[in-house]
Amino acid sequence: MATAKMRVYRGDSSGGGEVEYDVPVEEGMVVLDAIHFIQANYDGDLAVRWNCKAAKCGSCSAEINGMPKLTCKTRMDSLPLDKPVTVYPIKAFPIIKDLVTDVSWNYKVRKTIPPFKPAKDTKWIMYQEDVERSQEFRKCIECCLCQNVCHILRNHDKKDAFAGPRMLIKIAELEMHPLDTDDRQAFLRTDAGLGYCNITKCCTEVCPEHIHITDNAIIPLKERVADTYFDPLQWLLKKFSGSSKQ
Amino acid sequence: MEIETHTHDVIVIGAGGAGLRAAIEASARGASVGLVCKSLLGKAHTVMAEGGVAAALANVDTKDDWKTHFHDTMHGGKLLNNWRMAQLHAQEAPDRVKELEHWGALFDRTKDGKIMQRAFGGHTWKRLAHVGDRTGLEMIRTLQDKGIHSGIDVYMECTITHLLKDGERISGAFGYWRESGRFVLFKTKAIVLATGGVGKSYKVTSNSWEYTGDGQALAYEAGAELIDMEFVQFHPTGMVWPPSVRGILVTEAVRGEGGILTNRNGERFMEKYDPERMELSTRDVVARSIYTEVMEGRGSPHGGAFLNIAHRGADYVKKKLPSMYHQFMEFALIDITKEPMEVFPTTHYIMGGVRVDADTTGTTVPGLFAAGEVAGGMHGANRLGGNSLSDLLVFGMRAGMGAAQYANEIKDNALKIDDKDLELGTEEMLRPFESEEGENPYTIHQALQETMGKFVGVFRIKEKLQEGLDELQVLKERASDLKIEGSRMYNPGWHLCKDLKSMLIVSEAIARCALQREESRGAHSRVDFPKYNDEVWGKVNSVISVDGSGEMRLGTSPLPQMPEELRKIVEGGYK
Ligand SMILES: Cc1cc2nc3c(=O)[nH]c(=O)nc-3n(C[C@H](O)[C@H](O)[C@H](O)COP(=O)(O)OP(=O)(O)OC[C@H]3O[C@@H](n4cnc5c(N)ncnc54)[C@H](O)[C@@H]3O)c2cc1C
Ligand code: SF4
Ligand code: SF4
Ligand code: FES
Repeated sequence: MATAKMRVYRGDSSGGGEVEYDVPVEEGMVVLDAIHFIQANYDGDLAVRWNCKAAKCGSCSAEINGMPKLTCKTRMDSLPLDKPVTVYPIKAFPIIKDLVTDVSWNYKVRKTIPPFKPAKDTKWIMYQEDVERSQEFRKCIECCLCQNVCHILRNHDKKDAFAGPRMLIKIAELEMHPLDTDDRQAFLRTDAGLGYCNITKCCTEVCPEHIHITDNAIIPLKERVADTYFDPLQWLLKKFSGSSKQ
Repeated sequence: MEIETHTHDVIVIGAGGAGLRAAIEASARGASVGLVCKSLLGKAHTVMAEGGVAAALANVDTKDDWKTHFHDTMHGGKLLNNWRMAQLHAQEAPDRVKELEHWGALFDRTKDGKIMQRAFGGHTWKRLAHVGDRTGLEMIRTLQDKGIHSGIDVYMECTITHLLKDGERISGAFGYWRESGRFVLFKTKAIVLATGGVGKSYKVTSNSWEYTGDGQALAYEAGAELIDMEFVQFHPTGMVWPPSVRGILVTEAVRGEGGILTNRNGERFMEKYDPERMELSTRDVVARSIYTEVMEGRGSPHGGAFLNIAHRGADYVKKKLPSMYHQFMEFALIDITKEPMEVFPTTHYIMGGVRVDADTTGTTVPGLFAAGEVAGGMHGANRLGGNSLSDLLVFGMRAGMGAAQYANEIKDNALKIDDKDLELGTEEMLRPFESEEGENPYTIHQALQETMGKFVGVFRIKEKLQEGLDELQVLKERASDLKIEGSRMYNPGWHLCKDLKSMLIVSEAIARCALQREESRGAHSRVDFPKYNDEVWGKVNSVISVDGSGEMRLGTSPLPQMPEELRKIVEGGYK
């Protein structure tokens, strides 16, 4: 059986460094399996988050050979095993321990987004073609990988001013819900800091759910906000004609 | 004792579908609610559910109604279900599903703009509301969105290890923060257990690390009864290859959408076992059929059966089963729009659990409520697909209602916490750090999984069950002295020490009940008693509780009597 050298970051807020482990590689094995092997055989206290091990819960994000990925979805045979495999915690959020980071900021921001507000007296009839746009965004597993790579959060740490791509698709999802009646335009411009995004598309590239974050959510949101900003009357008309969201 | 303390009227343990729904309800009824969960919010097991939520909405098959759903559920459960739970479930599921839509869920639609429904095993009509094959994600996000705007305090990555009582009544819960390892106390009038299942006692399972039977063990230790623990559902279709994904679920929706099972000779073997319902027979039957084919030498190359959906065409498959498509593409390098999958039974769900009152979800301990997979009774000897997600909503809501009502009746909270209990809890939790020669918890966990798979698996027999129980005793001894490295900060090895204790309690309960029930019914198959025994075992639930000296007590209790009008529904060949 082949052996992989795993270099896993171990440490906490006070510092740390790589620790190297030899891990036997089985067919089809993923990086999370290697981490579990390390826990069971070398260091029982190696900290990692995971739940589903099937790319469905978005718990196990890390930076593998420098690339932000789900550890449960990254096959060992997709990595060059002649070199050591490095596994680091995602960088945009403060480390707690080893591969576990403090992502509580995301939960705080999420709570500030104005919730779904359905039309009164609706009969709840919606057609497949009308729900599909929001359905795409509702595939999000909240893995924070997009938040992690967005340079506004990662390099400039503008967490006080910019909500990040995950939150923008959450807002887009609500805005494009066929029966939602709320208006999140002001929120988008001010609280969410939509203007900070300069459409680099890094977020879209890393999304394990293949959500078209920039093309389908951020750009349409920007267009909408721009429309409103330049032509509020036009927007008001659309909003009250009853089909604003179709 | 100095300890971080939070006070609420109702503490909900678990933030899956059942826990979230319970918290929302209790809060809406004026209770101050704390919601505690081991993982981050939104990551509970419910997020993994794929196929759909069962409710007789009659959007696709207009003849469907609650009576037919009730009838199907009772027959799926081989009549061991708590009839009142099955009735409430069938009657209330449609409203609970529609309510999700009102909170923002976006289910797939019918042509006329209603919620779409699909076929599933054991359901007479097309009944499962769904979103592709990610229904659980839709459900948990919707409840999460509703929950965070409902004034609930969420304590995440916090594990409850002990329930505390003042006399007979619940008065608190003790646990630790995963991040810091510091202990925390919740003072409360009522507790809702919504902690899910037990699959991690088995090696091949569709379940996550959280499924260590904490809720069942907490309830047991607090003096509540567990029923029907022998009924563990082995889902017929888990992944087989490669080894690292063995056990991961292949949703029943594959068969619901027309998937066909064959053996190595290309025979569609379900013709032999259930010619009428074929692939959409109930899970117990399909699991045994696949198991038998493989054991008799007709398995696929990696020891499973073939499951083929390619004939539905690539577009359809990608549209209706997108996560299955990706799951096989990425983990097994198999394109399911062209090639068949290989599948074999995997430990999936437990029908048994904490005994509850159907209407309020109250357990036998005052102030303790339970809902979702942790509760027993609703599904009898075998659960129908899709009936869990609906169970979470119906009984989650009822648990929130029951707990809030109970808590609101206690006006001045004079319930006490005994310092001694806190000291004992602390001492127990810290022991693995002090041990000199204790064993590695991971090693014991692996041994436990081997034991359960080998002796308490799909097919059971007296001698093996006895052997399994002996093994469990040995493991219990070994687990009484565990040793762990490192600090209390986010230390999975340390967490496993306590989880193991829960798993051992639950595993023993499963094995004992399995040995006691000398018949085959639903998910419980005894090779030495291959037939139903309606006269004796068809009339009783298995019951586990703790006796005065801390030993596990095993017994039975008569099934609740079903009223005449419901009996007619069950006996009629209802359509
Ligand atoms: C892969 C898969 C697919 C499935 N598909 C379907 C389907 O299509 N339809 C269907 O009806 N059913 C399906 N099921 C079954 C269904 O998903 C589960 O039975 C259901 O989600 C359980 O929900 P719950 O609310 O009871 O618990 P969970 O969602 O598992 O939540 C348990 C909660 O309890 C918390 N917890 C546990 N122990 C503790 C503790 N000690 N302290 C604090 N918190 C604790 C956890 O952190 C978690 O928040 C599927 C199951 C799996 C595994
Ligand atoms: S496209 Fe916008 S949101 Fe996405 S990574 Fe670039 S700047 Fe960030
Ligand atoms: S949008 Fe994609 S990358 Fe971002 S959190 Fe959701 S699933 Fe993860
Ligand atoms: S463990 Fe759930 S996404 Fe990786």
